[in-house]
Amino acid sequence: MFEAGFFYLFATMAVVGGMGVVLARHTMHSVMFLIFCFFNSAGLFFLLDAEFLGIILILIYVGAVMVLFMFVIMMLEVNQAKLREGFLQYLPMGGMIALILLIEFIGAASSGIFHTNAIAAVGHFGKDVNNTVEIGKVLYTQYLLGFEIAAIILLVALVGAIVLTLRTRQDAKYQNISKQVNVRKEDRLRKVRM
Amino acid sequence: MEWTDMALTGLIWALEILAIAIPIALSVAYITYAERRVIGLMQVRKGCNRVGPLGLLQPLADGLKLFLKETIIPAKSNKILFVAAPVMALVPALVAFAVVPFGETTLFGLWDTAHVMAIAHLNVGILYILAISSLAIYGVLMAGWSSNSKYALIASVRATCQMISYEISMGFALVCVLMLAGSMDLSVIVNAQKGGFWHWYIIPLFPMFLVYFISGCAETNRTPFDLVEGEAELVAGHIVEYSGMWFATFSLAEYGAMILISLLTSILFMGGWDAPIPALDFIPGTVWLLLKTSFFIFVFIWFRATFPRFRYDQMMRLGWKVFLPWTLAWIAVLGLFTYAGELNSSLTILSDMIGYYQPWRS
Repeated sequence: MFEAGFFYLFATMAVVGGMGVVLARHTMHSVMFLIFCFFNSAGLFFLLDAEFLGIILILIYVGAVMVLFMFVIMMLEVNQAKLREGFLQYLPMGGMIALILLIEFIGAASSGIFHTNAIAAVGHFGKDVNNTVEIGKVLYTQYLLGFEIAAIILLVALVGAIVLTLRTRQDAKYQNISKQVNVRKEDRLRKVRM
Repeated sequence: MEWTDMALTGLIWALEILAIAIPIALSVAYITYAERRVIGLMQVRKGCNRVGPLGLLQPLADGLKLFLKETIIPAKSNKILFVAAPVMALVPALVAFAVVPFGETTLFGLWDTAHVMAIAHLNVGILYILAISSLAIYGVLMAGWSSNSKYALIASVRATCQMISYEISMGFALVCVLMLAGSMDLSVIVNAQKGGFWHWYIIPLFPMFLVYFISGCAETNRTPFDLVEGEAELVAGHIVEYSGMWFATFSLAEYGAMILISLLTSILFMGGWDAPIPALDFIPGTVWLLLKTSFFIFVFIWFRATFPRFRYDQMMRLGWKVFLPWTLAWIAVLGLFTYAGELNSSLTILSDMIGYYQPWRS
């Protein structure tokens, strides 16, 4: 009873947060709603005993990704009036996508694949089952290759992003900090006998 | 019956939370006092000594003063976020304490087994603290943006860069601890260091201890990393538009985070509630933990009196070019040591050496 109550609480709040992202007038408020939505999704993970996934969701999405989002939004000057200009122009296209998605969701939900009988009932394991350990074991044995490939792709993306932004201006003066830090007294001070 | 049970559980939870939140609020008040006295001592002056004996009532007077001051909300600010920002800064600082274990107790022999003294005993405690402390940035970010002031905005952008940079090396330093303890549960980590100071992780992980504590300094925006509040260039950083109680909320959050970092440093590297030598076990563990924590808080204050502020590019360099490679290298070294014995039998001595600190391997 308790669990179902929490499920409906988190699920409703996640949906409310998702609606808020789209409907909020202010971009900053949209971001706050998205953060709220992530929190509630993390709550859903906790209900499934997947505390590792829930905390990772908060750590990575709320703690890092959304901070960068906010960073970008803070720096932008968003012109509200200009944003609303194209509303009618894009309405048919957007409406069509929404309609197709709605039909797809209804179709998927009523197909019977997602029926409660079809999904193995998830019971709670005992306290000795640690899902962090289990995820680690599966990730580093069964799915090792896929995991490593994903890691390499991310690394390449990382290096690529750095290379794209790396430029040294020739006309600007740069300080070499290790040189500055390693300066000794003898380099700067000269004793003069008078 | 069921409802009375639930009410009782709720009451116990509320008491547990109050038992941690109230001492934190009080110690924050008295850390500000200690800070002024200690810095006064180090700078050969008196510090606050007027209100009450030895100035001991000064924090109360300060609190009252801040409480009675008018809260000014700038006219062109984003009012909702301006008011919400201090709360968003304070909540993560307090919520993180939920998993911190303050010791193990049998409640004077009432229970058969020792229970961990924490509000929530999570088996992903470290991750939880990392996740929650990474949320603290939203308070700073929101405060800076919603004030509609360029100083506050620049300060909050600086704070974000700083926190994101140092969170990474902090996380890697924690990975080293996990590799030794074999668990993310804070109480398991403490128990892995049981039996005297030669078991403490500060010995095999001394560089990581330094990285963790210095990163903690940067995360809490304390000197020498308080560029966020650099008063010479940014007035008072993201809190420049705040006054009265909302201002006090920010410093409550800052000092709360400082206590948390000190607590975690003692738990992760200094054996937590473990006595330095087993002969001193008669002193309760919680006392040891709080002593170690107080020492680290003192070190924070000591830093403030000793070091000049970093320049912004120096700070970024320290985080990305010094700490990050160090922590990554140390993880690799620990991993190689752990499995060296399996590669070559002549290297067994290496894995035995590190195995002394790894209870999960035996």
